[in-house]
Amino acid sequence: MTAVAESAAVETIDLAVTPLRDLNQRLHDAAREASASRRWRVLHPNGAHALACGLDAELDVELEGHVGYYCAGMNKHATVRVRGNAGTGVAENMMSGLVVVDGSASQSAGATAHGGLLVIRGDASARCGISLKGADVVVRGSVGHMAAFMAQTGRIVVCGDAGEALGDSLYETRIYVAGEVAGLGADCIEKDIRDEHRAEVRELLERAGVDDVDPASFRRFGSARRLYNFKIDNAY
Amino acid sequence: MPAVDEGFPTHAQRGLRESYLYDRLTIAEIQRAAREGIYDIRGFGAKRRLPHFDDLLVLGASISRYPLEGYRERCDTNVTLGTRNASKPLELKIPITIAGMSFGALSAPAKEALGRGATEVGTSTTTGDGGMTPEERQHSKTLVYQLLPSRYGMNPDDLRRADAIEVVVGQGAKPGGGGMLLGHKISDRVAEMRDLPKGIDQRSASRHPDWTGPDDLEIKLHELREITDWEKPIFVKVGATRTYYDVQLAVKAGADVIVLDGMQGGTAATQDVFIEHVGIPTLPAVKLAVDALQELDMHRKVQLVVSGGIRTGADVAKALALGADAVSIGVAALIALGDNAPELEDEYAAIGSAAGFYDDWQAGRDPAGISTQDDELATRFDPVLGGRRLANYLRVLTLETQTLARACGKSHVHNMEPEDLVALTIEASLMTGVPLAGMQQGLLDEIADRVAQRLLGSG
Repeated sequence: MTAVAESAAVETIDLAVTPLRDLNQRLHDAAREASASRRWRVLHPNGAHALACGLDAELDVELEGHVGYYCAGMNKHATVRVRGNAGTGVAENMMSGLVVVDGSASQSAGATAHGGLLVIRGDASARCGISLKGADVVVRGSVGHMAAFMAQTGRIVVCGDAGEALGDSLYETRIYVAGEVAGLGADCIEKDIRDEHRAEVRELLERAGVDDVDPASFRRFGSARRLYNFKIDNAY
Repeated sequence: MPAVDEGFPTHAQRGLRESYLYDRLTIAEIQRAAREGIYDIRGFGAKRRLPHFDDLLVLGASISRYPLEGYRERCDTNVTLGTRNASKPLELKIPITIAGMSFGALSAPAKEALGRGATEVGTSTTTGDGGMTPEERQHSKTLVYQLLPSRYGMNPDDLRRADAIEVVVGQGAKPGGGGMLLGHKISDRVAEMRDLPKGIDQRSASRHPDWTGPDDLEIKLHELREITDWEKPIFVKVGATRTYYDVQLAVKAGADVIVLDGMQGGTAATQDVFIEHVGIPTLPAVKLAVDALQELDMHRKVQLVVSGGIRTGADVAKALALGADAVSIGVAALIALGDNAPELEDEYAAIGSAAGFYDDWQAGRDPAGISTQDDELATRFDPVLGGRRLANYLRVLTLETQTLARACGKSHVHNMEPEDLVALTIEASLMTGVPLAGMQQGLLDEIADRVAQRLLGSG
């Protein structure tokens, strides 16, 4: 596709004049309408909540500024790019697709996400990847406390540092950290990193477009599986 | 004495005195705890005696009020839930719904039966902590989809397939506690739906992963509305604890319906200490919730669904009279399906229980095939027959409710009002504000008047 054709196909919505409800409705309708634009550009998001949530088609949505809570919540198939910072719960419960935050993300980024890839180019606050259910999360910066709390499956790659209680009550999510780890949560332990894990990190960094961090510099963390069955000696 | 001579003498006859403080159940629990080193986990709801709807009576018609003819004169039972914001509120034929119970806690045929029974009489059923199964959706005309802290199985397709969304903050059996599903019930299918390893003791989160507090909840509800294009009613379910504030905060957050579960509400698996000691009974909770709604001028605008110990049409009628718009049943629905059936007495005995006492719903060995994930046990349960039994029971509850409403002269069950009730106990009177039987006004007003008369007389 030529650059001219691409730009012609972009639908621009200015939230300074268009209500949020209209934007989301049009994005939802686009999943059912073959003639609808596949590329959308949203101006003046101004920290609004629930932007571009519930998408269910291979749309490409660019949000030109900061967004509030739950941006791209429950995303399926779509690519959503935030040209700014994101509030709480960006890409929460995402099923598939790609969500990229150019800035930093607030709490619970990628909470309970089942699939797809969440990329945060800045830092992520507390509880990043909480209850993760199969999605992948790549954070170019650092994550706050209790990242991957009760995370079930999927992978989290942190290129910077991790805060206190990393991986608390973890199930089977694999966590990779390149920087310092302030402390591990209940039942989270450091594990050997083997070639298959390094390959996994390399592949995730490539997909996330992170090319300035050495895949060999990561450590791996996972569940000790001591909390999988009730045993009084392992209770916290 | 003949009784002593002919058989075993009773403890009393032998001069043995049981301690009130350390009775046999207490002693047995101390011994079990010392042996096993883990708290007692069980199903069912609170078993201790609590103030309940039995402590209220209905005032039938008299000279000042005249009744409607039973069976003949119209006494409507329909209810609409979710009128505040949703473009498609729920229209139910009866004000009795089926509470959230998970696939995982219950077998797939049991979930199907709940859908069949509810659909037959025109009411709704509810998913649980584990997602929506196709069987459940197929057999439930009106299905409420729960959004729980664990978010097991949560996905936008089922969200759009649902008829309403219920954000679960807590449940009556364990306000402040998360769900449990022990390893022997984590079958391949349950594990896959929950994205968990098979066979582990699964602990559901006790708080939501992406919101904390009422301001966040408001934004969360807004997101759910945006995802579903403002079609679905959004319920907020709370366990009865700080009920007055919880209801006001849920209304502020935008809830269309409040689901209030008292401490008698059932559970599939919770610590006994939680079931018996946390939360408040359904009876005072209803009054607190109605007060909270009325103060905001939202009573009847945000509907109130009450659960926790609803067994009979009398319970339904009294809950409605206190101001609920509908009730919800869980334990009673399972009993209607066939739980604790006397025909299974020998099988209950074989697993150390008895018909009428069985509460090991966490164990997955239910001979009735209801609270199990064992294929052999589950296939014993006939979902068509179970559905019919549930429908029968729901019809009886409805007829009983109408009977009491007609006796009070009401042409709709929602016309029942607190003035149709009196209390049998001081506790129930104080908790609900209805007069103690034999008094003309609420207990505190009655006492204040009597004290005033006494003071005036003595002055």
